[in-house]
Amino acid sequence: MPSDDELRPERRPLRRLRVNGADCPVATDPDRTLLEALREELGLTGTKYGCGEGECAACVVLLDGIAVRSCRTKIGEVSGRSITTIEGLADGGRLHPVQEAFLEAGAFQCGFCTPGMILATVALLRRDPAPDEEGIRSALEGHLCRCGGYLRILDAVRRAAARSAPGAEVAP
Amino acid sequence: MAVPEPPRRLLGGRIPYIDGPLKVTGRAEYTDDLRRPGQLVGRILRSPYAHARILSIDTAAAERMPGVHAVLVGSDYPIPFGVLPITHDETALAVGKTRYIGDMVAAVAADSEGTAEEALRAIRVEVERLPEHLDPDAGTRPVAEPIHARGLNGTNVQKEVLQHFGDVDRAFREAAVSVAVHGNYAGVTHAFTEPLVTLAEATPDGRLTVWSATQVPHYLHRSLSEVLGVPMHRIRVIKPEVGGGFGGKSDPLPHEIVCAALALRTGRAVKILCDREDVFLTNHGRHPTRNEVRIAAAADGTLLAYDIDAVIDGGAWSSFGVVTTYYNGVLSMGPYRVPNFRYRGRRVYTNKPPSGAMRAHGGTNLRYSIEVALDELAERLRIDPFDLRSHNALPPNSTTVNGFRITSTSFRACLAAARERSGWDAKFRKLPFGRGVGLGCGFYISGSNSPIHFTPKMPQCTVHLKADMDGGIAVHSMQADIGQGSNTLLAAIVAEVLGVDLERVHVVRVDSDISPVDIGSYSSRVTFMMGNAARRAAEALRALLLRAARDLTGYPVEQLRMGHECVEVAHRPEIRVGFLEVLHKAMERTGALQTSGAYTSPPMGGTHKGARAGTAPAYSFAAYVAEVEVDAETGQYRAEKIWAAFDCGRALNRLAVEGQIEGSIHMGLGQFVGEAMTYRGPRLLNPSLLEYKIPMPGQMPEVEVLLVGDDDPEGPFGAKEAGEGPLIATLPALGNALYDAIGVRFLDLPVTPEKVLRGLDRRRAEGRSWKGG
Repeated sequence: MPSDDELRPERRPLRRLRVNGADCPVATDPDRTLLEALREELGLTGTKYGCGEGECAACVVLLDGIAVRSCRTKIGEVSGRSITTIEGLADGGRLHPVQEAFLEAGAFQCGFCTPGMILATVALLRRDPAPDEEGIRSALEGHLCRCGGYLRILDAVRRAAARSAPGAEVAP
Repeated sequence: MAVPEPPRRLLGGRIPYIDGPLKVTGRAEYTDDLRRPGQLVGRILRSPYAHARILSIDTAAAERMPGVHAVLVGSDYPIPFGVLPITHDETALAVGKTRYIGDMVAAVAADSEGTAEEALRAIRVEVERLPEHLDPDAGTRPVAEPIHARGLNGTNVQKEVLQHFGDVDRAFREAAVSVAVHGNYAGVTHAFTEPLVTLAEATPDGRLTVWSATQVPHYLHRSLSEVLGVPMHRIRVIKPEVGGGFGGKSDPLPHEIVCAALALRTGRAVKILCDREDVFLTNHGRHPTRNEVRIAAAADGTLLAYDIDAVIDGGAWSSFGVVTTYYNGVLSMGPYRVPNFRYRGRRVYTNKPPSGAMRAHGGTNLRYSIEVALDELAERLRIDPFDLRSHNALPPNSTTVNGFRITSTSFRACLAAARERSGWDAKFRKLPFGRGVGLGCGFYISGSNSPIHFTPKMPQCTVHLKADMDGGIAVHSMQADIGQGSNTLLAAIVAEVLGVDLERVHVVRVDSDISPVDIGSYSSRVTFMMGNAARRAAEALRALLLRAARDLTGYPVEQLRMGHECVEVAHRPEIRVGFLEVLHKAMERTGALQTSGAYTSPPMGGTHKGARAGTAPAYSFAAYVAEVEVDAETGQYRAEKIWAAFDCGRALNRLAVEGQIEGSIHMGLGQFVGEAMTYRGPRLLNPSLLEYKIPMPGQMPEVEVLLVGDDDPEGPFGAKEAGEGPLIATLPALGNALYDAIGVRFLDLPVTPEKVLRGLDRRRAEGRSWKGG
């Protein structure tokens, strides 16, 4: 049977999430996933449901700057922490350099894995602004691109890395 | 004197996807991103039994639950459907029997997921277990309880194809040499990243709107109408962005019909989002296949005959099976001239998830066996594998023994490019033990000549254009962009013909209310057929503009042409009129301009039974070299590089073509190295992305794409397909490279490290040494 909370949303506990710099109240069960809260309550549908089992990484978001699979992350674990989704990357009308790099490399076909790939790249470059080839490949390990666009995705990550590396000219 | 064409501005270059900005910002809208007011959750109960008679279904408890709005069972919508009109054997929900573990039995629509799941658990199904049929070979003989009443003569054979051209027995008698290989191929599945999902809404005006992750909105539209008994004009099918298809979203699928039925029942919106296990069970992936390929040749390597037998595991339903059964034989008819050809193909129902069309449908497993056999033939004859293939290449403008019309082929150029760029002559049989190169070739249709539901006189594709006051051009088409970039090509063709900037052209989302009928994205038809239709629609619009320019300039139409954002006088381009001025002149009597273009493939093929299967207005050709490195201690191996020479005619968008080739190589690599639908009895053991192993970025080889095609005479601007054919050559290139590396033939796919080790042991036990290893 559905819980009372499910039937009477007004009685659900309120939680506050910090998503893309804004305070977002979500009325939800702490055991629901972050993915569900983002997509269904906050309308942030750029984060994708691909498998629900943490095996495709289409649902990756940044949690305090670190890439996590939102389908395996419970709401209760993320209260008060900073969440960035694909919608929060661009600065106003200006795309994030990683988004620019994906565009330049043509690093997508169907686009379904793209938000997760981009956020994983942002997390990688935050951790290591000048990753080597091994670092790049391992950051994308577990990210399924069934269109098989890995060569271009790797190219996009290298382009973004070239710009984020210490001493690199920041793209205008 | 013909007006000289201006140089092409877009086509032939690298055209960024027009939907790129949406895709990198998460704003591209897929079906599950949509939400309707009052939307209910739909859930489906799947059978835990592989083969069982349904004695009763009790839904009373589920129906009584608060929050449950509808419960459906098979008898509610018993009209059968299927992608091919001649094999309608699926129903929205099981009627009378369940035929595999995962068969859909009942469905509910409820307020919440929790309630829907609870309601499914409350449904009581009483069944009588029936004998399970799992082995396709056994299914070729009469059985006590066939899976379908339509099986041939009391067997589980869904379709048998027998074809014989020339005199195969005589050819084998007279041949200097013959080879035979037995291939065994595990089933593989599409595993698109976007799960199957459908949203349907019934409204009080008597209409039904269905948004679905589909490659073929039109076949879905037809099936919905047939099963639900609602005229097509009262159903509106919309295709949002689709997160990959690869053939797996080309059948109308039962959950789509169930979702629409639940919407009709409730008068509301209902969404069914399949979880990953549901997606694996729905399948329709590549058929598990066993084949035998025998090839006869003369002493100089001239091919004399093919004798092919295939037994194909169809799973529970027909799907595209009739086509699959033909393709597994007739797609052997290129890229080589084969004067005698015999084929027996049988597709057999089993109590497993249905097989269907997957990228390079019907051509992949067959081709692997052929190309390995040719490698063996070359070795026996001491002919270089390239020379053997080049010697037998089909010439342009020829006809195959079974009646395929071959127009353009640059297959020999593919061979030459792959040989040179890969450094073949310095590597083949010369690399140290454990390292090897292999050649594999490919051949595929560029659009099926045989539209499934249309009469041959009806166009297979229509494109509409609308140009309005502001100079924007809206393009309407029902072809389905599923990530391959067809919307970008559509816009680019229109922009090219009209001389306008790409940003003026807007491709309208597929919507059956406004998009002209088209049979969607399968059989590698889109570039060829949509491209031609789009070109004609744009040329019709251009004709209106040139007439208006004549009135403005006084020059005759014959001396005018489209320049960049203008009409110019061809021999005096400094005399020009801006695009908007011409457009407004052209609109003086009619207002907004609308034009239409269509494509119908020419008549072709012989008159024998099944003659149209495999006919296409053009064919793609491929020659790939793979280089591999094998660790003989562990059996692990790695594809280091693939040189992919491909003839897609003129590549119109090199960015997209290269992307398709790279992606095809990734998918072909997956089937070769490890992907397999694995069963224990009837139960699929690996219905998850954890257990179904798809290559990750670290396994991807370097790829060098070599585009060598000449213009095709009938393709739009000379183009042919590049979406499916590029997969085929990947597998035999890898298999033949493994042979070159370690001297072991692999004919049982996937080739796991265990099989490599066993193969090495076998070879050593036979006392055969190989390159010192």
